[in-house]
Amino acid sequence: MSDYNFAYLDEDTKRMIRRALLKAVAIPSYQVPFASREMPMPYGWGTGGVQVTAACLKADDTLKVIDQGADDTTNAVSIRSFFQRTADVAVTECTQEASIIQTRHRIPEAPLHEGQIMVFQVPIPEPLRFLEPRETETRRMHALADYGLMQVKLYEDIAKHGEIATAYAYPVKVEGRYVMDPSPIPKFDNPKLDNSPALMLFGAGREQRIYALPPYTSVQSLDFEDFPFAATKADHSCTICGAVDSYLDEIITDDAGGRMFVCSDTSYCSERAAS
Amino acid sequence: MYVAVKGGERAIRNAHAWLAEERRGDPDIPELTIPQIRAQMALAVNRVMAEGSLHDPDLAALAIKQARGDLIEAIFLIRAYRTTLPRFGTSTPVDTADMAVSRRISATFKDAPGGQILGPTFDYTHRLLDFSLMANGDPPAAPKASADPQPVPHILSFLDTDGLIEPAPHSDATPRDLTREPLELPADRALRLQALTRADEGFLLGLAYSTQRGYGRNHAFVGELRIGTVCVEMEIPELGFAVDIGEIELTECETVNQFTGSKTEPAQFTRGYGLTFGQTERKAISMALVDRALRWRELGEDDQGAPAQDEEFVLSHCDNIQATGFLEHIKLPHYVDFQAELELIRRLRAAASEDAE
Repeated sequence: MSDYNFAYLDEDTKRMIRRALLKAVAIPSYQVPFASREMPMPYGWGTGGVQVTAACLKADDTLKVIDQGADDTTNAVSIRSFFQRTADVAVTECTQEASIIQTRHRIPEAPLHEGQIMVFQVPIPEPLRFLEPRETETRRMHALADYGLMQVKLYEDIAKHGEIATAYAYPVKVEGRYVMDPSPIPKFDNPKLDNSPALMLFGAGREQRIYALPPYTSVQSLDFEDFPFAATKADHSCTICGAVDSYLDEIITDDAGGRMFVCSDTSYCSERAAS
Repeated sequence: MYVAVKGGERAIRNAHAWLAEERRGDPDIPELTIPQIRAQMALAVNRVMAEGSLHDPDLAALAIKQARGDLIEAIFLIRAYRTTLPRFGTSTPVDTADMAVSRRISATFKDAPGGQILGPTFDYTHRLLDFSLMANGDPPAAPKASADPQPVPHILSFLDTDGLIEPAPHSDATPRDLTREPLELPADRALRLQALTRADEGFLLGLAYSTQRGYGRNHAFVGELRIGTVCVEMEIPELGFAVDIGEIELTECETVNQFTGSKTEPAQFTRGYGLTFGQTERKAISMALVDRALRWRELGEDDQGAPAQDEEFVLSHCDNIQATGFLEHIKLPHYVDFQAELELIRRLRAAASEDAE
């Protein structure tokens, strides 16, 4: 496809995004405004992640794209084929083989290694947004590390429900400074962010924000001493590969309440099933 | 065994092939041509150009055809194309006082130099279905007159010379570019107008209407509404002067609004401004009303808490491409998050029933 530049974006745009990425890496989890472009897929469908991936991609990269942990969900297929068309890069489903992994809503089960880049698609980058709708106000709150509102919200959850009633997009504190939205990953995945050897990049296209976690960054899920954070998953094992340590999708098998549980990470599951 | 939704690739390919067939429709009926859409669906073309922020009637017509008449989808196609285009430079500001007007009306003065020109408008038509169009009836030829060569000055300039209206702020500063820089708030007026001119027509219409009904009321009169073509000039560095590079059609609306003033400051009318591509007057008028509502702080008015006064609310939600994308993304799979919520709710329910026992 010669009508467009390598990986679709023109080099000036890539440079603008790379500058934002450098700033984001320099100030872990700080939300850097960037001039997000209209992409040929809709806002809310991964335009932030796609722009970050496009800015990072080199001809010798191997790309993996997942959505809900799976390589074969429709939007993952669509984004992977977009980069095959526009950048002609190698693609893989294997987590260890990939140099760049673009994801929506999951972190792979297989441990990441140094040199890998995880690119997260982010719908609402602001962890305080649903407590305070104004960007002008939330930026001030971050500047002053004024996170009392978040603590009160978590406390109220416990008072009302007996536990913190956030199951995904569970807020984290990075290097003891900024509170960050880890994107809508289940809280099961939160511990994988802490001290990860991989570079984690977060792109929010519609909201025009980029943020990052450099390798080996401290990432702690918010909690209280007497109500410590716990990563949770369905209390089952995978029907296909038997894994007990992976995040599971629940699948309805009949109209009589039949259920089965399978790994959401299809690559992890098929590699285990094969071996 | 049940296999979780697989084969996304083939499903997508087949769905798109089906879409292409549906777009074409019955092959026994002649296909729409781009010139037909451009000429006969001109107002749809204009809306796509205005909200797509790209003045190219042929591409807008193509987008409408490809989008099966879904204008927001067509606007999206144009935006996605526009963003890939290189920037050669910027034009000099267009001079709307020099517009070759096809329509020019004022609701504030019965007559003014340049006259009132109704132009090709739906106003005063009776909204009765014209069944002759079903039989492809050609309309009778409209009467013709030669163009009046006299200049058509802006009507608000007459109020301006008497000091009855706030002077239009003059600035030669290069405005920020919404499409090349992230939107940062608070925004200045130039940036707000930039956002409003590409904003969703329906959203702006609703907001403007809300100001008329009292949510941030500012008593607007249409001082002037003009539609016509203007020359676009660009400085060519090699030449050292500006040359005409083409003509575009614009709609401009200037409103005269409730006044400011105090015991010491003489009262003056205030302004709202709308400027849009093509013949898009509903949009231009709406834009002027919303622009005026957003100026409350600068004019020392009270914040009534009205949506149309709230810059962050308006600018964050007026773009239909952002809005439709995010709205429709909830169609994408969310199994993982939903699963996490399912487990949470089951756990909370189990805990509650244990407590009850």
